[in-house]
Amino acid sequence: MAIDWFPLWLSLEVAVISTALALASGLWLAYILANRDFRGKEVLDAAVTLPLVLPPTVLGYYLLVVIGRASPLGKLWEVVFGSPLVFTWKAAVVAALLHALPLLVKSARAALESVDRSYARAARNLGASEWRLFWRVTLPLARRSILAATALAFARSLGDFGVTLMVAGNIPGRTQTVALAIYDAVESGNGALARTLVLVVSAVALAILALANRLSPEIGAR
Amino acid sequence: MIRARLRKVYPPRPDSAEFALDLEFSAAAGVTVLFGPSGSGKTLTLDSIAGFVRPDEGRILLDDEILFDGAAGVHLPPQARHCGYVFQNYALFPNMTLRQNLEFAAERRPRLERHRRVNEMLDRFRLTEAAGRRPHEVSGGQRQRCSIARALIVAPKVLLLDEPAQGLDAPLREELYEVLRQVRADFQTPMLLVTHDLDECFELGEEMLILREGKIVQTGPPRKILDQPSNLDVARLLGAFNLLPAEIRALDPGRNTSRVQMGEFELEGPYLPGHFKGDRVTVCVRPEQLGVSTRNGRPGPNQIPAELKRAVEKPHLVRMEFAVGAAGSVQVDLPLAEYERLRENKEWVIHFPAASLRVL
Repeated sequence: MAIDWFPLWLSLEVAVISTALALASGLWLAYILANRDFRGKEVLDAAVTLPLVLPPTVLGYYLLVVIGRASPLGKLWEVVFGSPLVFTWKAAVVAALLHALPLLVKSARAALESVDRSYARAARNLGASEWRLFWRVTLPLARRSILAATALAFARSLGDFGVTLMVAGNIPGRTQTVALAIYDAVESGNGALARTLVLVVSAVALAILALANRLSPEIGAR
Repeated sequence: MIRARLRKVYPPRPDSAEFALDLEFSAAAGVTVLFGPSGSGKTLTLDSIAGFVRPDEGRILLDDEILFDGAAGVHLPPQARHCGYVFQNYALFPNMTLRQNLEFAAERRPRLERHRRVNEMLDRFRLTEAAGRRPHEVSGGQRQRCSIARALIVAPKVLLLDEPAQGLDAPLREELYEVLRQVRADFQTPMLLVTHDLDECFELGEEMLILREGKIVQTGPPRKILDQPSNLDVARLLGAFNLLPAEIRALDPGRNTSRVQMGEFELEGPYLPGHFKGDRVTVCVRPEQLGVSTRNGRPGPNQIPAELKRAVEKPHLVRMEFAVGAAGSVQVDLPLAEYERLRENKEWVIHFPAASLRVL
């Protein structure tokens, strides 16, 4: 039987892009949450964490409202890029991002806050700008925890089903990620395909977890 | 030269009482020691100068530069203050080698000069060999020297040291004192040293500020403070005195004498200015200022019969604890040899020095 590997590749691609986006925006958010004091800080933290606890269909609904073709954001996207965002693989990236971001922000904030504050004081005392302090001292010291969190976020964004289904649809060869493909295979009685994909996804997830575990204990980092 | 007037109030919390820092001092070249028990505001003072903490009001002047002025709203960021800070745990960046730690500090300088400065510092502080290793791979002494070198490489106008000898064993401590004495000789930087170790004050300090509950209670050279603590609190903080309740019986300014009643015994001393007959006072005398001898019949003037409770051997002396009538217990420090000569003795008298008798 010829197996169509497209859903797996699509999922990996979506996961890579969404993890990269989550890392960039998550680090920034975590930095703000860890270093700044402002009103509504904990509200922001809660809002970022919300996707962890909301049902996927609720999230999907929100996303449709925010980036759907009738929304301002969706319209803007169509003007700039010439085609709608929803029901493309890019929408699947947005869906995966929603899962990856909270994990990253939570862990990165904790990691940044756990760096002994005397290092930050020392760096400032030696004339270092906040920027240099972050890149040269705080981030390297929190590196391992953040990498571990990134691995987890990657695994998480690999496996989204509900949100992707709602905002990207289930279009074989275009937006059908591996999770959706497995659902389809089971529905249509294609047991062999389902088993293969399930095993491959499990193996990938297991490998990532092992990597995350190797990263998270801070051995040799200090 | 640093001049500081600071006030900062921490309101009471469920787990801590109110704390108010309220002090004013200046420190010139040399080492000025901030001495006091934990929680007296020593580190808070350093942190205010370095800019990690913003005081409620006051003014901090370093040479001609205003670091902080509460009334004018000036509060320079730590980056702009030119204060070297040696942290209690050294705070060497663990992800960098010793050389990189120094380079990080010197990064604002042009490349060639930076390279030269770093090498010069590594050389001066005997770190050249360990330069390529990270803080956790080098000895405690090297870490300590590196943190001092890192603070000095930016040519600070004041060097702040937060209990640098805390948790060091004796040889490392000696080494640190030696390094700091060298720094004092080679750099013109005023140094503010926080400690609660009296020996350290004498090892390094030219001036001493005694802090208690956020306030300065006495200032002066360490020897002078030990000779004449200004009040009972200071004497207690220094922890080096016999403090015995007494009452003034007679004062004679003409012959420069006084008589003080301590329990059932009377002591003679110099005239005590600022006191009146009948004042209840505390006799304040250091254990090494007292002498002991065998009792021979009637005790002479300023000799008080006492009962030996115990004798504790210290490295260089023996501390003897006596019970003295109603006055309580008195500690006497004797050189080892003298104690050996007297140890079989049964009946004791303690000799109070007439000339150096102090009351508070």
